[in-house]
Amino acid sequence: MNIWLFQHWQALSQTFKKLVNAPLSSLLSIIVIGIAFSLPLGIYTLLGNLQTISGDTVNTPQLSLFLKLNASHADIENINSQLEKFPSIASFQFISKEIALQQLQQESSLNDIASNLIRNPLPDAFIINIQQISPDELENIRATIKKWPEVEHVQVDTDWARRLDALLRLGQLAVLMLAVLLSLALVIVVFNTIRLQILTKRDEIEVSKLIGATDSFIRRPFLYFGAIQGMGGAIAAWLLIALSIQAINESLVELAQLYASDFHLNHLSLQDSLSLLIFSALLGWLGARLSVAQHLSQIEPK
Amino acid sequence: MISFINVYKRYPDGFEALKNVAFTIHSGELVLVAGHSGAGKSTMLKLIAAIERPTSGNIMVSDQNVNALKKNTIPFLRRSLGLIFQDQKILYDRTVFANVMLPLQIRGFQRKTAASRVRAALDKVGLLEKENAYPITLSGGEKQRLCIARAVVHRPSILIADEPTANLDADYAQSIMEVFRSFHQVGVTVVIATHDTAILNDNRYRILTLNQGKLVI
Repeated sequence: MNIWLFQHWQALSQTFKKLVNAPLSSLLSIIVIGIAFSLPLGIYTLLGNLQTISGDTVNTPQLSLFLKLNASHADIENINSQLEKFPSIASFQFISKEIALQQLQQESSLNDIASNLIRNPLPDAFIINIQQISPDELENIRATIKKWPEVEHVQVDTDWARRLDALLRLGQLAVLMLAVLLSLALVIVVFNTIRLQILTKRDEIEVSKLIGATDSFIRRPFLYFGAIQGMGGAIAAWLLIALSIQAINESLVELAQLYASDFHLNHLSLQDSLSLLIFSALLGWLGARLSVAQHLSQIEPK
Repeated sequence: MISFINVYKRYPDGFEALKNVAFTIHSGELVLVAGHSGAGKSTMLKLIAAIERPTSGNIMVSDQNVNALKKNTIPFLRRSLGLIFQDQKILYDRTVFANVMLPLQIRGFQRKTAASRVRAALDKVGLLEKENAYPITLSGGEKQRLCIARAVVHRPSILIADEPTANLDADYAQSIMEVFRSFHQVGVTVVIATHDTAILNDNRYRILTLNQGKLVI
């Protein structure tokens, strides 16, 4: 057991020595893997960020109910009591035409228009938050409320979010496909690096076999190398994304201010980062394992 | 102990390297294998280390049937042997010390124990002061000593050498033979393939002579 641990430690330190001794080629292949990985990773991060917007909105659908301009207090009371009895409504809020006008006037850019109005053109309105339900049910509710007297228009405010959400799902599928393809690329890159390493170490492998090295002893440093190369690629990709997000956020702040929002991009979560690291290490290991299986058996001492 | 029982070896190109070879080398014996080039000396030694497999017949090494060994147990057979190759197989990208270290690394020796063993082996062949040199700077005789040090560093019970004095002048050859004799004296079984007449004229040791793949009695 002790010997086994020691030999693993030896293989690992050998691997690091190899990386340090050939810094340029190690760095190049790590950067290649990093760039390849940053593409699906970047899109994934972007989608994740967009989803936080659409996700919140989709989960709490909202209806706006506009009354006819000539609706009376009694009509409002009537609708208010109907809404209270209505199933699957989480909460609702009445916004009178006076309040709506005030809000309009508070918007600095619209102030001029609002103060020039001769009379209030805005209707009374209810903003209704619905419990989480399917789009079909939401449509039913909309249709029912639409038939009530004095209701001018019912609008599902969250339609855009549903569309965005559907679009994001499509995007996720694309990311998945891209990730599969580029994972394959990582395996191939590592496969090739290990192949070259085996070729340059041909003599050492042959001698080692002749003096009693087991296959796993010979394999071990290559497998570590593959795994570490994969991991290095993941770290490079992570850093690339971190830098890009930093850069985007700086210009995004201005844009978001124009829309009076504090929207900014978040980096990958700790969990996602760790999964990335482990996954790419596994892919690197796999590439090395395939390469070793392919090329080591060709070196038989004569 | 090494036994060949009716061993035939035919290479894929049809060349018959060994024909019905049978002999026994006892533990602690020093045996010379003689014969001209192509007589089958190298093939015989390679069969002992399972570098080649016989076409038919049985080979016993230390009570193990080499033919019956599975591929993944061959390394352990080789670990019980000390091998000196005709083409030396020195690794030129590392020092003398690191070359001799390799067999111990494979066995998972701790660095400290290994280092003292490597120095002991280098001392035995008279290369201790060259431990940090690169093999390219060594003379022919020194390279051969390096090979011997690498073959004995793990203290094998059987030492097998293929033409260890080839391309060496007589003085060097004599000192190399001295090293082998000293291992023989401490109980190591030594098998040396050679066509060096100076060595073969030393009639203290048993000689197995091969002629066109057949053992000459």
